[in-house]
Amino acid sequence: MTDVTVDTGYTSPSISALDPEAVRRRVAQRRAAEWRFQAYGVAAITFGLLCVALLFTVIVAKGWPAFLQSTLKLEVAFDPAVIDPAGKRVTDDIMAADYQALAAAAIYKQLGIAPDDAVATALADGLLSTGADVDLRKLVLADPSIIGKTQSVYLLANGNVDAVLKGAIDRAVPEASRQIKDQQLAWVDQLVTGGRLSKAFNWGLFTRGASSQPETAGLGVAVIGSFFMMITVLLVAVPLGVAAAIYLEEFAAKNRWTDFVEVNISNLAAVPSIVFGLLGLAILINFVGLPRSASLVGGLVLALMTLPTVIIAARAAITAVPPSIRQAALGIGASKMQSIFHHVLPLAMPGILTGTIIGLAKALGETAPLLMIGMVAFVVDYPRTPLDPATALPVQIYMWSTAQERGFVERTSGATMVLLVFLLAMNLIAVILRRRFERKW
Amino acid sequence: MVAASDASVLNGSGAKTLTGPGAHSGKISARDVNVFYGENQALKSVNVGIPERSVMAFIGPSGCGKSTFLRCINRMNDTIAGCRVTGKITLDNEDIYDSKLDVVQLRARVGMVFQKPNPFPKSIFDNIAYGPRIHGLAQSKTDLEGIVTASLKKAGLWDEVKDRLKEQGTGLSGGQQQRLCIARAIAVGPEVILMDEPCSALDPIATARIEELIDDLRKNFTIVIVTHSMQQAARVSQHTAFFHLGSLVEKGETQQIFMAPTDKRTQDYITGRIG
Ligand SMILES: Nc1ncnc2c1ncn2[C@@H]1O[C@H](COP(=O)(O)OP(=O)(O)OP(=O)(O)O)[C@@H](O)[C@H]1O
Ligand SMILES: [Mg+2]
Repeated sequence: MTDVTVDTGYTSPSISALDPEAVRRRVAQRRAAEWRFQAYGVAAITFGLLCVALLFTVIVAKGWPAFLQSTLKLEVAFDPAVIDPAGKRVTDDIMAADYQALAAAAIYKQLGIAPDDAVATALADGLLSTGADVDLRKLVLADPSIIGKTQSVYLLANGNVDAVLKGAIDRAVPEASRQIKDQQLAWVDQLVTGGRLSKAFNWGLFTRGASSQPETAGLGVAVIGSFFMMITVLLVAVPLGVAAAIYLEEFAAKNRWTDFVEVNISNLAAVPSIVFGLLGLAILINFVGLPRSASLVGGLVLALMTLPTVIIAARAAITAVPPSIRQAALGIGASKMQSIFHHVLPLAMPGILTGTIIGLAKALGETAPLLMIGMVAFVVDYPRTPLDPATALPVQIYMWSTAQERGFVERTSGATMVLLVFLLAMNLIAVILRRRFERKW
Repeated sequence: MVAASDASVLNGSGAKTLTGPGAHSGKISARDVNVFYGENQALKSVNVGIPERSVMAFIGPSGCGKSTFLRCINRMNDTIAGCRVTGKITLDNEDIYDSKLDVVQLRARVGMVFQKPNPFPKSIFDNIAYGPRIHGLAQSKTDLEGIVTASLKKAGLWDEVKDRLKEQGTGLSGGQQQRLCIARAIAVGPEVILMDEPCSALDPIATARIEELIDDLRKNFTIVIVTHSMQQAARVSQHTAFFHLGSLVEKGETQQIFMAPTDKRTQDYITGRIG
């Protein structure tokens, strides 16, 4: 359009006028710099991958035995004289019976020990888990007609026996300083050759609750507690976070007040999680009066902690939607709400979902705030509602990690593996959802 | 600074095409419109009348406020933070900045086609059906299909896409996308269509098709088009307004503007001396 030539009275230098040698050196330098930069990147990634590989190797190596558990197959006689001496078949009586005695009788019979041989029976008792009675009681309660019959039952072996089978006890150690005696070792070998004692997949790890014996301790309560908490986080943090993001991005006037809110959301994301625990303790438990150790309280605290993550992710996703889409919708007479809900949100969905799932994953692995609200509890029974006492997966890991027994050490790593599997699954879901919702414009 | 403050230039020259009686001429009339972006004044006292069922072109150098004025007509400026409009703009003698007027309703009556084609990332069918759906224009599925077909035919896109209505609108070529956007705009049955440089991203063939289309649409719609191409303005429009540095310098019948401009600046611009 313009036919004016600009004369600045200055001749620009040209690259072709430079000394070829200098140019060559400059090019070589630039290439070397680029190569070095790439090398740093590769080194950083390699280092990171190595660390991850090391972490996983250690955890898996330590944790895999937790997925196996030694069990004894015994012929248990459900003796009515022991279970229900009154013969009334009342649940209270059946509950109160001494099932450990039934299990003990079965193992004496199996090993051919006289029930009045005090030394031998004491040693034989040591082969059984002290939690064996729980399983027997459950069997009888489930089907009282079993009383009076003799049945093959799989019972948990003692933690020490389990350790022998997993090769964790050195037989060369003198008997006096060994957890398991020579006589017991002989019986273990005898039972193994007789096919009575073997390792089986440890379903109990997933179904049982808290216990002081490693062999009867499981993640059941923790998994349910974590599940309740994730649902709470999902129901609280996602609607609130997305609504806040929409309001801030699309409706709020850009002024000092919104700047203030914005800065504080970022601040909130950086607040140490334990502070949220303190908040939950002070407000939800002491002020509102919600029960301690309840997964509802844990969920609310985690929701509060996740909220800024969701808001930030959702805002980023919403801003990333090109303005031309909004204009297109407004231009044909869509209301602001319609343009947001019909066009902006669907396009922002992948980003929102990714942010949400990352927030959830972070919440799933969070321990510190849960300690503050009393979720470090010894909970044996499954929580039926989010108001019942429960624990959470990472808290369970923490609790097991403080125990001394060999069985708890392997369970600590085993539970970490379970947690990692959950986290990987959530990330996988995030990837799949992102793929599914991804649209080009 | 303000040139041609007389709002009725068109009354004299373009009277044949006018239908609206009364004090204001044409379908749309702007009186003393000023637009500010924060402290910056982008438009200064613009007065213009846009006649019904014809094409009016806005020309002028970059940054002179053509798009700004266009956005005033369907109040898209409302969505820009810090943008303030004063003065009066009427559509069929109705003040569009009246507080009782519903903006959404206005935008359904005054459609817009943007510089860059911006189809929704949805199917071709849904792109066009969206407007009629939200405005409740179709009673049934057959109705809706009828509207979609008619709009695509009017936009001259039907033959190219009739077999792939389920495909993504974003998968079309640039020219096709722009015609899709035009079809989307006419699907809600607007009275006015605003086009902001609709051909700037298109090749000469696609441009020619759109120009033909505009000429066709003139029978049913009032069209306002912003363009940087003098030839395009000359080809498609009956009236032309020349903007310069935020002021409307000159307006009138296209022929007159191009053959015998009265203002020096207009003359300079159309002969290529301001650019
Ligand atoms: N959203 C905005 N915020 C602030 N200033 C703006 C905005 N949009 C436009 N302006 C200013 O208003 C003036 C007119 O801009 P406008 O976009 O209307 O010009 P135009 O005539 O359409 O130019 P072009 O031909 O390049 O599209 C310019 O000075 C521009 O900088
Ligand atoms: Mg423009």
